[in-house]
Amino acid sequence: MISPQEIIDKLPYKTPFHFVDELEEVTDKGTVGYYTLKQDEYFFQGHFPGNPVTPGVIIVEIMAQIGLVCLGINLEHNKSNNSDNFVPLFSSTNVDFLKPTYPGDKLKVSSRLIYYRFGKLKCSIECHNLTSDELVCKGEFSGMIVKKDNVEK
Amino acid sequence: MTREQIKDELKGIIGDYVPEKELLESLSEEHELIGDLKINSAHIVDIVLDIEDKYDIMIEDEAIGKMGTVGESIDIIFQKLDSK
Repeated sequence: MISPQEIIDKLPYKTPFHFVDELEEVTDKGTVGYYTLKQDEYFFQGHFPGNPVTPGVIIVEIMAQIGLVCLGINLEHNKSNNSDNFVPLFSSTNVDFLKPTYPGDKLKVSSRLIYYRFGKLKCSIECHNLTSDELVCKGEFSGMIVKKDNVEK
Repeated sequence: MTREQIKDELKGIIGDYVPEKELLESLSEEHELIGDLKINSAHIVDIVLDIEDKYDIMIEDEAIGKMGTVGESIDIIFQKLDSK
């Protein structure tokens, strides 16, 4: 078994593109985790000047990192006992954006496995805003987990 | 089930994932799923899952690598149906 903290440590993302504060639950069926939007996130400078709103693509990224990549690391680790030599590739998503989110909001992301086969992981993921108690975004996410050596440049 | 029937059914399954639908009109067994039909390689897994559901068969990791063309995919479906 790999611990939630070990999974976070294995994420390939670094500041300012690391969007997982805490993983509360990781099983082979899904994950639950949190990210709080900082007041000084780089994207608020331009989206929009004087009116900071979280870009939808960033919401999707937060959901993908917590719901898809953390789950993928866990599944791959349980299968091969080695999740170091793999990179996550985001392959598709289909989401509905329901509510905007703002600096300081705490987001809770929950994912549920649809399938993990042939190296492809597909999940249903929801993002809730705990600050406003609203469902922010939901949809299906897919990605591949591939060996580093096989990634075409 | 004949080869032609399977090919027609396969056409229905892969149709969802072929970006240029006109490529389906002259579909032949020689067509490569990725190279000729321009299917996103990540969708090959979805096609395989759809095939498994439709024919109630199980396709393992080794077999997916052999499904390069429409004809090869039909071969795999026949093999799995035979060994059911």
